[in-house]
Amino acid sequence: MPKAKKTETVDRQSVETVQEKKRPQVLVTGAAGVLAQETINRLSQKKYDVVAIDFRRAVQIGDDIPSYKVDFLKRGFEDIFRQHKFDAVIHLGRVGTDIGGSHFRHNANVRGTQKLFDLCVKYEVSQVIVLSSYFVYGASAYNPALLDEDTPLKASDLSLNLIDTVELDNLSQIYMYKYRRVRMKILRPCNIAGPGVRNNIGRLLSRKVVPVLWGFNPVMQFLHVSDMADAIVKACGKPNIYGIFNVAPNDWAPYKEVLRRCDIIGVPMVSIPDALPMWIARMAGWEAFPSYLVNYFKYPVIVDGSRFAKAFNFSPRRSLEEIFLHYREMKTRRWV
Amino acid sequence: MSLASTVLKKAFVSKDVKEAHNRITKEVGSFGYDAWGYSKDGAEIGLGVFKKLYDHYFRVETEGLENIPTKGRVLIIANHSGQLPLDGALIAIAVATNPHGPRAPRIMIERFFPTVPFVGNLLNMGGAVIGDPVNCIRMLRRDECVVVFPEGIRGSGKLFKKRYKLQRFGFGFMHIAMETDTPIVPVGVVGCEETMPSLANVKPLAKMLGLPYVPVTIPVPLPSKVYLRFGKPLDFSGVVKTEKQVIENVETVKDAIRGLIDEGLSRKQGWFH
Repeated sequence: MPKAKKTETVDRQSVETVQEKKRPQVLVTGAAGVLAQETINRLSQKKYDVVAIDFRRAVQIGDDIPSYKVDFLKRGFEDIFRQHKFDAVIHLGRVGTDIGGSHFRHNANVRGTQKLFDLCVKYEVSQVIVLSSYFVYGASAYNPALLDEDTPLKASDLSLNLIDTVELDNLSQIYMYKYRRVRMKILRPCNIAGPGVRNNIGRLLSRKVVPVLWGFNPVMQFLHVSDMADAIVKACGKPNIYGIFNVAPNDWAPYKEVLRRCDIIGVPMVSIPDALPMWIARMAGWEAFPSYLVNYFKYPVIVDGSRFAKAFNFSPRRSLEEIFLHYREMKTRRWV
Repeated sequence: MSLASTVLKKAFVSKDVKEAHNRITKEVGSFGYDAWGYSKDGAEIGLGVFKKLYDHYFRVETEGLENIPTKGRVLIIANHSGQLPLDGALIAIAVATNPHGPRAPRIMIERFFPTVPFVGNLLNMGGAVIGDPVNCIRMLRRDECVVVFPEGIRGSGKLFKKRYKLQRFGFGFMHIAMETDTPIVPVGVVGCEETMPSLANVKPLAKMLGLPYVPVTIPVPLPSKVYLRFGKPLDFSGVVKTEKQVIENVETVKDAIRGLIDEGLSRKQGWFH
């Protein structure tokens, strides 16, 4: 009898070992972006099976990582869900405001996301992580500091260019409450910067001369792209925790100080009346300083990242100085 | 630190001011700023500039500074006057140089200020914050020392004929004090009413410019002697059960401030003394 017991124990162990070996399948959208690639690298190291997709191109990431170029709105997109049994979807593929017109962005960001969420519901994906942005809160003179996740989203009220960003966030919230089985995590990070980042702030910090609104110097928050990738992977590692989370460090730097640390010359630009700097930016067509983001360089939008930090035991490893050093060195290298 | 900060520090920050400022324990980020735009360097320069006005121009006399807790959350509630927020600046200097334990004062300012170029940023750097209840609660939860003028523009923009008559108090500060278990230190400010006496308010012009008021007054504040009297801390902690209870508590604070103003007025000997 004791012998039989031993065999039974061994068998259970071997079953558990087999179960442990089953690698979770994760779909990552927006694979062409540097944040997605950092995230995919980390997920692969953490024993996830990753499938990468992007609407721009099939990205070459690694031999063991399937990569597809897909249009979310085409029927072929569902084939990827049929082929793989996804445990999680990490939706980083948001079309930037510099690409296409508002109709294209709405189709890609809102209708495309809805299609993605519908497939997640249909194929019983247990968790979805969505990359939103702190832009959704809107930059206003009347904002209190340390905005928490319950703060109303005012961005579309202030700029129509950000309307699809807010809609994407709202859509995610609708699915979060409507389909509780799909554990939804909506991440609203502050400015993501660092090597390879091509968002607005990344492009701005890469320049040598940028506009500064006369008489305004708002404090800002920055997160290194590697830290953001860490944050996403940590969020993925705790499938049962869901909700809306700001992701930001407990550190701040004013815009002019940021420019100084990144070796950028700030050129004063007329700041009042309100419409004038927006009009100038629109006429000049500055990509890194677009008219619809002018208020974000005028009034602070400081978010409180403590809920995420506590829930996922997250704290950024790279300091602000480290982020700015990259942009400083980038300019030095250009001169060489 | 920028070149401008270095030059301004050399010009305005005395050894005493530097010592007092260094004694303030205030949590800031890696660049010396906090989430509301408070700057360690900026606050030191502001302290240096206003300390000279505090000592030599307004010749401020204080009493009861020992009543301000040296740590933990506290609301300092004062009467408002003088068209410009000089009373706020003088209370801030008194709090930041308090020999019993200096603290970084966080003054709640009008919503209008952040929209004005330079002014909003400079006020933020010195520790002032837009007067939003959310800001006030978040700072108190971080054990800050918050200064509130519940009369708001009703107090600062009132005409000279209404001097030292407390205007209607907002109730928000009391709700916050009760909900966050924060002690209230009442302050009576005497002297600021005489710095910029206003004879009239040009309302149409104020409306056109988007300003809270446009007073008919002198362009530069007069050197009136200022008396700041800090009262004993008042405790109203507890759950808000009825609005009536809140109103009664606000009246208690108003009575305390009235008493402190009367004490200050008894010391005042004429317009400038």
